[in-house]
Amino acid sequence: MRKREYMLGNAAIARGIVEGGGQVICGYPGTPSSEIIGTLAAMEERNFHVEWSVNEKVALEVAAGAAMTGVRSVVTMKHVGLNVAADPLMTLAYTGVEGSMIIIVADDPSCHSSQNEQDTRRYSQFSLIPCLDPSSPQEAKDMIPYAFKISNRLQIPVIFRPTTRVSHGKSDIEIGPVNGERPVADFRKDLERWVMVPKNARIRHPRLLELQKDILRELKNSPWNELEIHEGARVGIIASGIASVYAKEAIIRKGIDASFLKIGTYPVPENSIRTILEDTDRIIVFEEMEAVVEEQVRIIAQEAGSNVEIIGKIKGPVPRIFELNTDICADVLAEVLGLERNDVPADTGEDFDYDACRIELPMRPPVMCPGCSHRATFHAMKKVFGKDAIFPSDIGCYTLGIQSGTVDTTLCMGGSITVASGMYQAGEKRPICCSIGDSTFFHTGMNGLLNAIYNKADITVTIVDNRITAMTGHQPNPGMGRLATGEETVEVSLEALCRGMGAGFVETVDPYDLERTEEVFKRAKDYKGTSVVITRQLCVIDAKRSGIRRKPFVIDAEKCVGCRLCVNLGCPAIEFDASTGKASVNSMCTGCGVCARLCRFDAIAEVKK
Amino acid sequence: MSAGGISLFDLVIAGVGGQGTILASDIIGRAAVKEDMPVRAAETHGMAQRGGSVVNHIRLGCELGSMIPVKSADVLLALEPSEALRYLEYLSDDGVVIVNTDPILPVTVTSGLCTYPGVDAIIKKLEKEHEVKAFNATGLAKEAGHPQSMNVVMVGAVSDYLPVSIDTIVECVRELVPPKTIDINVRAFDMGRSVIQV
Repeated sequence: MRKREYMLGNAAIARGIVEGGGQVICGYPGTPSSEIIGTLAAMEERNFHVEWSVNEKVALEVAAGAAMTGVRSVVTMKHVGLNVAADPLMTLAYTGVEGSMIIIVADDPSCHSSQNEQDTRRYSQFSLIPCLDPSSPQEAKDMIPYAFKISNRLQIPVIFRPTTRVSHGKSDIEIGPVNGERPVADFRKDLERWVMVPKNARIRHPRLLELQKDILRELKNSPWNELEIHEGARVGIIASGIASVYAKEAIIRKGIDASFLKIGTYPVPENSIRTILEDTDRIIVFEEMEAVVEEQVRIIAQEAGSNVEIIGKIKGPVPRIFELNTDICADVLAEVLGLERNDVPADTGEDFDYDACRIELPMRPPVMCPGCSHRATFHAMKKVFGKDAIFPSDIGCYTLGIQSGTVDTTLCMGGSITVASGMYQAGEKRPICCSIGDSTFFHTGMNGLLNAIYNKADITVTIVDNRITAMTGHQPNPGMGRLATGEETVEVSLEALCRGMGAGFVETVDPYDLERTEEVFKRAKDYKGTSVVITRQLCVIDAKRSGIRRKPFVIDAEKCVGCRLCVNLGCPAIEFDASTGKASVNSMCTGCGVCARLCRFDAIAEVKK
Repeated sequence: MSAGGISLFDLVIAGVGGQGTILASDIIGRAAVKEDMPVRAAETHGMAQRGGSVVNHIRLGCELGSMIPVKSADVLLALEPSEALRYLEYLSDDGVVIVNTDPILPVTVTSGLCTYPGVDAIIKKLEKEHEVKAFNATGLAKEAGHPQSMNVVMVGAVSDYLPVSIDTIVECVRELVPPKTIDINVRAFDMGRSVIQV
């Protein structure tokens, strides 16, 4: 028996990249994709280049350049990252690649950690680039070496699309052999292929359409599509990716006799769909999010003149939103086939009928950590700019400031400075102060700042610089002087960068120093033009890991008058006892001291040892 | 209960981000794989880790999806009392709740927005329909040497229900906890296990 290891889906994907002989791997962090590069960068011995790039467009282009030289490259990102990288994606389909290239895009149905739940399979249809859709961590690992092979054979990149339950699932994984063969980078000049001026693009587009037949032929024989015809069964079930395991379990639980087609590739296997249509009266299609497979089944049925009834999400009852699960699949089967239902409500990830318990459970939303400097920044920001001010924000831990009243908009990565500018240009008279993290600023915030300065937007831009990409699991970024692998590199200066783009007001403060932070915010607010305030303080998790220890604080119950000023900071380390009417500090305190600076009664002090 | 032909044992682990639910499910999953069992697990990462409510599903002897259907878990292992109630819907009618009685108040409570139900009321509610094993695992962890070993106390508490040998689980505790804390965690495991004698 081969060796089996218990692994996270993303670690299994990383293992697949090693087994397939990946040579250049880049990406931008984004839940649920981040651990793929994290795993590769943490390996002690490597014979590949691995990097955190500054954004997904950059990462996809770096991988494309590598694949143009004939080597094997991979780019990783979350679903919304592909929007940023969509420009090179669409034209890369025309040029294709010389070596091989995998575009890993992790989807997040149910928005566990995302601003939307878009379906990457639509990008596959849109760009005419084939897509693989794994149903388990093992299949995800096994698909990667296969994807390298077909990408090279077809000379086109391959999209690989795990979902949250594959990337953040764990499973026993059978390890495979490593492909030791290493193509050598050797870029061959070929203007008609690599220079997409209109003349050449007009040649490459029909060629891409012609290539679709080869793609179909290649995928048709792949092991990722499996057809089981049950003799005599009049019901057929078609399910793709992770939905296929939910559907399988629902079929077993309900004791249904049905033919089954599991789909793991796009374009879909037309011949298998035709076969299952011929053998059944009714087809039920299970897939998460968009009706990609269902639409193809309907087209194929129409072409074949089939009268089979096709049931999915276009007309219902399969939901088009959120993740599917075994319960939802079982209820759909029960409804369609007239069986007894369990009537389980759709699981949106957290909802639970608390009332049914007759006990009201307190909400437990994710919050900023005890001692997080963003909390201090937001406190000072709100105090100086006032409740009426507008606070556009961005994507990162600081989005959790939604509870502090300083996050009024969150659109997309880098969408804070630009939205603030638009509000100002629209004639909004209230003060506008936006917030953006260090990594998000390097990602796409920089362009927005350049635009704001150039077009004279009178706004304040706060770069909340905790010197790490925290929300996605602490990846390094260009402001830290450290590469993905831990190696030292140039430390990019946010101040020099902002001044270089023409900012006339750039000030840096330690947000734990509330008085000075407020003073700087006041001057930034009064400044005519685009002002930049950089609030710099290490992420508390990272500070703890690097050995920084601060003495915790304590509240003197004698002096506490119960004004709740410290409680209103929303720090998990501060509790309020309604019976005594006093606040206290619990064991979670990290010693930032912000509450002590805030207290008007001198009741909070460092613990003396 | 975990249904025949689908899964041997379905376990839901609920808790609060930072309590070590992932390490707890890693110990169990790894132990089962060592004994040649297929395992499927689902974890909460990302946004929900920041002190939010977290839930892990872990299915031993399963080759299908990682998500346990409602009313199917054999055991609900709750590292925090209110989180036991939050995920109770997953427990089968004849399933067992093993719950740490030490509460962690969410910010919504410490700041006075919501109230935290009494721990006794929570246990009473759980006991209405299920067999409940409730004890202060955080207290035991402190006795073992460190409050952070509470997750391993809870792994010890569930260990006799699992279709995996105790030796293999202890071996995985040793492999997965930080090397300096092995003695504390093995002690924590034993204390958790002796509280619940099946």
